Amino acid sequence: MSDSPGTSDRLPVVTPTRVIVGLCLVLPFVAMLWVGSYARLTPEFIGIPFFYWYQMLWVFISSALTYTAYVLVRREERARKGGSA
Amino acid sequence: MKDGVNGVALGVFIFFFLAVTVMGFLAARWRKAENALHLDEWGLGGRSFGSWVTWFLLGGDLYTAYTFVAVPAAVYAAGAAGFFAVPYTILVYPLIFTFLPRLWSVSHKHGYVTTSDFVRGRFGSKGLSLAVAITGILATMPYIALQLVGIQAVLDVMGVGGSSSDNWFVKDLPLLIAFGVLAAYTYSSGLRAPALIAFVKDALIYIVIAVAIIYIPYRLGGFDSIFAKASSAYSQVNPATGKARGALAPPETAQWAYGTLALGSALALFMYPHSVTAVLSGRSRNVIRRNTTVLPLYSLMLGLLAMLGFMALASGVGKGVVGYNGQLAIPQLFENMFPSWFAGVAFAAIGIGALVPAAIMSIAAANLFTRNIYKDFLKPDATPAQETKVSKLVSLLVKVGALVFVLTMDKTVAINFQLLGGIWILQTFPALVGGLFTRWFHRWALLAGWAVGMIYGTWKAYGVASLTQKHFGGSSDTIPVIGQIGYIGLTAFVLNAVVAIVLTFAFRALKTPDGIDETAPSDYTADSGEPGVEPDLPVTATA
Repeated sequence: MSDSPGTSDRLPVVTPTRVIVGLCLVLPFVAMLWVGSYARLTPEFIGIPFFYWYQMLWVFISSALTYTAYVLVRREERARKGGSA
Repeated sequence: MKDGVNGVALGVFIFFFLAVTVMGFLAARWRKAENALHLDEWGLGGRSFGSWVTWFLLGGDLYTAYTFVAVPAAVYAAGAAGFFAVPYTILVYPLIFTFLPRLWSVSHKHGYVTTSDFVRGRFGSKGLSLAVAITGILATMPYIALQLVGIQAVLDVMGVGGSSSDNWFVKDLPLLIAFGVLAAYTYSSGLRAPALIAFVKDALIYIVIAVAIIYIPYRLGGFDSIFAKASSAYSQVNPATGKARGALAPPETAQWAYGTLALGSALALFMYPHSVTAVLSGRSRNVIRRNTTVLPLYSLMLGLLAMLGFMALASGVGKGVVGYNGQLAIPQLFENMFPSWFAGVAFAAIGIGALVPAAIMSIAAANLFTRNIYKDFLKPDATPAQETKVSKLVSLLVKVGALVFVLTMDKTVAINFQLLGGIWILQTFPALVGGLFTRWFHRWALLAGWAVGMIYGTWKAYGVASLTQKHFGGSSDTIPVIGQIGYIGLTAFVLNAVVAIVLTFAFRALKTPDGIDETAPSDYTADSGEPGVEPDLPVTATA
């Protein structure tokens, strides 16, 4: 995706990086809106029913996913800028 | 409330309240204004805030009375259903990541300060811009009202006002005093007041959260015991409705409501005037994105706080009291569990935690009015001094509007205040976010979609009854076609989008005149340091 400078400004709109970024950003929606997948009480974690700790776990997962997206986007933006400068 | 006035707690509370009130008035002298009559001074803190003040202001968007009172109260009342706030705040960040950098770029390129500015520039339509501005102001009111309910709950538990009296005047007097103080220092100091008080607020809140989520479970015998007790409380059948009170995991019939509430609220949050501008104040595009990777930690805190609702239930707060006001559950829990002096600190945290966002929201709404209604429509040649005067007055009017909501709506389900605002603000989403990615939509189609969404949402919300109220008693209703119960705001939003799309095809076919777009595609990806991009918008300080 980050080709040598000079060619990168001709990057297509849809690049592998952008697909991965898109997935990273869509995944939390799939996980959180599919309520049926986590609407249950077991297994418990330190006495907290599954429903609650699972969603709180997703705070970390989505945070990590957004961070991945951030790193990827920044890398590609640099490549694009490098190409057009 | 159960045993009269809690003197020590009230004393500590009044101490903090007076302290921040003094700070609020003195704030006018903080980084003294060159020309106090200029709108930038009052409404934007003189454009002098750095990005870390912005962090506190952003925190104010999430850490409000909503976090401390409404969400745990909803959990207390119905269990799992109230926990939707956690997925809601999880979904907020991928959304910000996706669309706000574009808004940042185009705003910094063209000097837009509000969402209405952008909509006017993008679609060349003053009418659409006006619709967005009015919606912003209207939707802010119930959100401010929610903050006032938070203050009221604290006062009530301390034994002053609220349900401890039957006389309506005595009942609401402490709230009116708190309201008056808030209005007075916002009026005199502008954005400087909440910005300065935000430091106190955040410090208090962090201390209280840290203590509450460790100390209370310890006192109650751990999470096992808390959830076991809560579970048995939810399974009790309410004789009035013939249904169980709630559940620890949402039954299948409630899952649509859960998901749509989370999604609808997430889409709505960053349409609000006070949050858009807070985000715009970042130094560069990537500051926004970087923040979205750290800000979710707020959601974790929200989740932990939501569990206070179970703790209140397990500790027996409100047990056996008919028609117990759930908003009081958390303050009551604090009073039962903490020594009086620390309960006072916790109450102060909630009270101040409500004042700061209320002030910021009313200022943001007032700026919106001045910039997009007063200046665009009423008096294009207004002087800065006139603008300031108008903004100050409107900030008062917005707060009075909020008070009307408090006094007329069902306070026992205060989370509906936030959800009602969400129903309205969500209707600006197609114009704003649609506009960020495409110019395909026709301006009149967007306006028509907005109108349909607003009318449908308000009409539906008006028709929702609760146990104590005939109208505006909730925010969920049957979704047409799908037949499940869902968030009205999201249904209205879908309707809005469909109307906008269909009419865009129609207007395109009829070749009705399209507005002039003053933005260029490259404006949406511009970053600071590039030619024509202002690193500091006048907004830098607004929130």
